Amino acid sequence: MWQRIIALAIKEFQSLLRDPKSRFVIVGPPLIQLLVFTFAATFDLSNIPIAIYNQDGGQAAQALVARFEGSGHFKNVATIHRESDIARVIDSREALMVLTIGPRFEADLRSHQPTTVQLIIDGRNSNTAAIALSYANTLIADFNTQWQTRHQLRAPPSVIVTRAWFNPNLESRWFIVPGIVAILMLVVVMVVTALSVAREREQGTFDQLLVTPLRPVEILIGKAIPGFVIGLLEGSMIILLAVNAFAVPFEGHVLTLYIGMGLFLLSAIGIGLMISALAATLQQAVLGVFLFLVPAIILSGFATPIANMPPFVQDLTLINPMRYFMIILRGIFLEGSSFQSLQNQFWPLAIIGLVTLAAAGWLFRHRMN
Amino acid sequence: MSPPTPRRGSSWMRMGGLIRKESLQILRDPASIAIAFLLPVVLLLIFGYGVSLNAKHIPLAFVADAPDKESAALLASFNHSSYFSPRIAPNLATAERWLLNRQVDAIVHVPSDFSAQLHTASQSAPLQLIINGVDANQARLTQAYIQAGWQSWLAARTQAAGLEHSAAAAQPVALAARIWFNPELRSRDYLVPGLIAVIMTLIGALLTALVMAREWERGTLEALMVTPVHINELLIGKLVPYFVLGMGGMALSVAMAVWLFGVPFLGSWWLLVLTSALFLLTALGMGLFISIVARNQFVASLIAIITTFLPAFMLSGFIFDIGSMPGWLQNLTYLVSARYFIVILHTLFLAGDVASVLWPNTLALLAIALFFIAASRRKIRKSLE
Repeated sequence: MWQRIIALAIKEFQSLLRDPKSRFVIVGPPLIQLLVFTFAATFDLSNIPIAIYNQDGGQAAQALVARFEGSGHFKNVATIHRESDIARVIDSREALMVLTIGPRFEADLRSHQPTTVQLIIDGRNSNTAAIALSYANTLIADFNTQWQTRHQLRAPPSVIVTRAWFNPNLESRWFIVPGIVAILMLVVVMVVTALSVAREREQGTFDQLLVTPLRPVEILIGKAIPGFVIGLLEGSMIILLAVNAFAVPFEGHVLTLYIGMGLFLLSAIGIGLMISALAATLQQAVLGVFLFLVPAIILSGFATPIANMPPFVQDLTLINPMRYFMIILRGIFLEGSSFQSLQNQFWPLAIIGLVTLAAAGWLFRHRMN
Repeated sequence: MSPPTPRRGSSWMRMGGLIRKESLQILRDPASIAIAFLLPVVLLLIFGYGVSLNAKHIPLAFVADAPDKESAALLASFNHSSYFSPRIAPNLATAERWLLNRQVDAIVHVPSDFSAQLHTASQSAPLQLIINGVDANQARLTQAYIQAGWQSWLAARTQAAGLEHSAAAAQPVALAARIWFNPELRSRDYLVPGLIAVIMTLIGALLTALVMAREWERGTLEALMVTPVHINELLIGKLVPYFVLGMGGMALSVAMAVWLFGVPFLGSWWLLVLTSALFLLTALGMGLFISIVARNQFVASLIAIITTFLPAFMLSGFIFDIGSMPGWLQNLTYLVSARYFIVILHTLFLAGDVASVLWPNTLALLAIALFFIAASRRKIRKSLE
């Protein structure tokens, strides 16, 4: 039995890797994507275009403007002299925000009157707007503290001292890179497994396979092996690159990582083979891959947290293997999670893998008779 | 290369015949219709409801080493906010265990000497905040929400004490922020238009990416080539039916955005139709180009997955801000047509007709559409020789 399976797996590898074009698309793009997306996928803003409408012009106002310019988050792109210009720079997206300092700013400040600076933000991208606003709040708070100490005012009654665990500088790249690893592994495995049977069916070679002494289970295992091996190799490569080139911490244990990867690959292969067995043509298989891939990525907690979703969508994510793999990868990379603390992520993956593989095997047999 | 007069009349006939043939093929294979209509509805439903960056009811542990009046007032200000669902922890160790097990996202810790320091003029009472920083973006937002809750507690406290003068001392400069176009920062209003662009990139490219590749594989393209059909006629004949399908899907998506998700639409409809048509042409043209280059359905579908959905998701400004990417990557994003369309959609939906935003982006779409169609034409001629 094993001889036959191995022969089939070798044949699968050959048909995957024989054509230089398909060889390239399996190996090249994941590496390029890791590189490109790692730099792209960050929520930390830099060079936010800001326009300044400084009606005061005094020393304190200058100091406040300098604080914005020197923070590294903002870039002064325009100086405004008329109120009517505010709408122009915001509408045209020339600046994301306009800081207005009123004419009595310094006078109020020196006479200990409460004073207000106004900030107008382009809310078309609400997430960017919220992050930019939080930077501005921090800058103003810093300005206040400095002003108080310099002018020997009463110390503020209370301060917040913040400590962030696992990611002290709150670098969003540390959060995103493990997610990209999961996405790239999923894409490769889906492509390798989901298109395999459909392609053979379209070329008519699947019928030939069926008249060989191979049993459905053996065909299933033979078709699963290339996806597993390629997924494991590519995953290892991507993770090595992520840790070494992008300096993402790796706090956990390698063994835990590979248990998680193995279980995730099983569930992804199961879904891929299921799609493949259901599809009559290659086109349908591709459609099936997309129909699974896109929701699987967007509803995985990759970029937007699952906790923000409405309850019924949260329940839906329970059948998404990506959901568990994201937690496993982030746990192992950043939190140094142990096998025990990830148990609740491992067993759902194992169940999804068993159910989908069994279903794929059943479909193979069912579609034969 | 214009054909001589006697053939001109029949050019329309040939094209009409091709369009009919392609339309029949679409009708017979329900997969294309499913891609054009079912896919946007399903995806928009899932994402429109599922994707949100607005955190609500953030699980929070509240620890007061020595519970008293001050700490109770602080807790009340968190209890009133819909952003948090605070849980009282008996001690810091318990709270830290909750944080480790992901039961809470943050800990607010009131040290035992907090009240004493609060009443000492020369000292600031430190309030300790511990956050799970794994999701850095959410952690930052959580921090901002907690700061807001703390500030409102502080303001209420100074007001109650009748310390108007010291309010200015506590906070010499206050920031008054006004957010235009989306004052409540509803993330859905910006995610749904972006999703339309991501979904239509996918659909446009998928519709055409497999078409040509399938004809190469089956050898029917050669058969078409020996007929008097001209390359232009062939391309137009291929594009028109899918264009009609795609515009249908687009109309459906926009209708859902406006009526189902209640995203305001402030721009002009004719501009939306024009820019959508151009954007769809870029997506279809790209799919066509891929299928001509790949000549093989397996490779074509792989390239389509790699070059359409993920770049439209990651490099278009849909979620990640383009201005914060490194320079070389920003240059790369100019090749992603979704980038222009997302800006156009955000502006048309939330801000209205802003000529200085719409024209440059529309022209960019036009240029990309022309590029892909011209490139497809060149490539198909070359590969036949």
